[in-house]
Amino acid sequence: MQQSKVLETWVGLFVVLGIVSLFFLAMKVSNLADLHVKDDSYRLFARFQNVGSLRERAPVSMAGVRIGRVSSIRFDNKTYDAVVEMRIEPQFNTIPTDTTANILTAGLLGEQYIGLSAGAEEAYFKDGDEIELSQSALVLEEVISRFLFNKAEGGSEKKDSPQSNPSEDDHSEHKTKGASVKDEVVTNADHKKKSGAR
Amino acid sequence: MLDSTQTLGRNTLQRLEKLGRSCLFILRVLTGFPDVFLRFRLLTAQIYSVGVLSIVIVSVSGFFVGMVLSLQGYNVLSDFGAEQTLGVMVAASLVRELGPVVTALLFAGRAGSALTAEIGLMKATEQLSGMEMMAVDPLRRIISPRFFAGVISMPLLAALFSMVGVIGGYFVGVDLLGVDEGAFWSQMRAKIDFHDDIINGIIKSFVFGVVVTWIAVFEGYDALPTSEGVGRATTRSVVYSALAVLAWDFVLTAMMYGDK
Repeated sequence: MQQSKVLETWVGLFVVLGIVSLFFLAMKVSNLADLHVKDDSYRLFARFQNVGSLRERAPVSMAGVRIGRVSSIRFDNKTYDAVVEMRIEPQFNTIPTDTTANILTAGLLGEQYIGLSAGAEEAYFKDGDEIELSQSALVLEEVISRFLFNKAEGGSEKKDSPQSNPSEDDHSEHKTKGASVKDEVVTNADHKKKSGAR
Repeated sequence: MLDSTQTLGRNTLQRLEKLGRSCLFILRVLTGFPDVFLRFRLLTAQIYSVGVLSIVIVSVSGFFVGMVLSLQGYNVLSDFGAEQTLGVMVAASLVRELGPVVTALLFAGRAGSALTAEIGLMKATEQLSGMEMMAVDPLRRIISPRFFAGVISMPLLAALFSMVGVIGGYFVGVDLLGVDEGAFWSQMRAKIDFHDDIINGIIKSFVFGVVVTWIAVFEGYDALPTSEGVGRATTRSVVYSALAVLAWDFVLTAMMYGDK
């Protein structure tokens, strides 16, 4: 009898230990403790032309402090926009109605989140309101392609200068960048003739 | 040529037959489910020998696995200046994979082999037939409590492993290597999802518990009633459990995280 009591106590301790571990994993390691704020939070909507890689449950922050989460993202097939629904925690109920919503990236390659920058309006957002001012996500490919495009344009301008460089010592040279191709060909030919004559 | 074909065919048939026997066996064990809770003493005794006695090995290995993960992860992550995500790496790998899998492997070695040997020896010394003579169903009296004890213990042990592992990772990462404590926990909590990671880890450990204990009790029950047969059954129990756990881990991972 004594034996089985000790045994049962050990089993009881084992079960308690297992449940404590689960509780630790749930509360300390995972985000369960942050999830239940949803109950009395209020909703805000924002439209974006492009949400990039924004995902559901991404943070919504203001001045770098998380005030809510993205609860759903859907596509509006009339306006071809992405409609993002955000859940804002109830204590942050004084967001001005001219607040701007931006999709920002945490770090260079980090995940995307919504950053709200407060406006100056006296009126505040209520549950279900839509943020009028929004700025789309910065899609890295677009930025790179724009950069490369600009670079290519700038590069072609620079390419002209080495062609005109040989004629720099030429006394008849006061050519500008806007000079016509014909002119250039003529001066080049001139230059060749002269160098041949030398 | 014909002989080898015949051997192949015989082996295949024997395997299939064994698989079929094990399925019928598990069905009969599962029908013993109500009896287990009527005779609660038997269950607690088995949870003690299967679960409580595995606590030490599981927590010690968990601690070391967590420490090694933290050390190795730090070396790689510091190359990218991402030491802050060390907590995420340690916790995600423990909760999703290493916790359930390593616990199941340890469990197969520590508890599964003992179950097989015990039941096999009971069969070899004709204790099981003796019970049948007394009109006691050995499946309900002996096998069912052991099976359910294993199924109950495994998720608890896996949770313990993960927790101790995270603490071990914290110890090495924060105390020894100097990762920021706040970032360690906050990044972990931001990235580890309760449903996607913790619940899936528990489901995995539950499945592994069923698989390992099933193989262990079946191999014991199916062992040849000789000392050599019991020895072989014990080896088979550990080998098959390890293979089954790793294979099921792949299947479960593909089901849980495959579509992302």
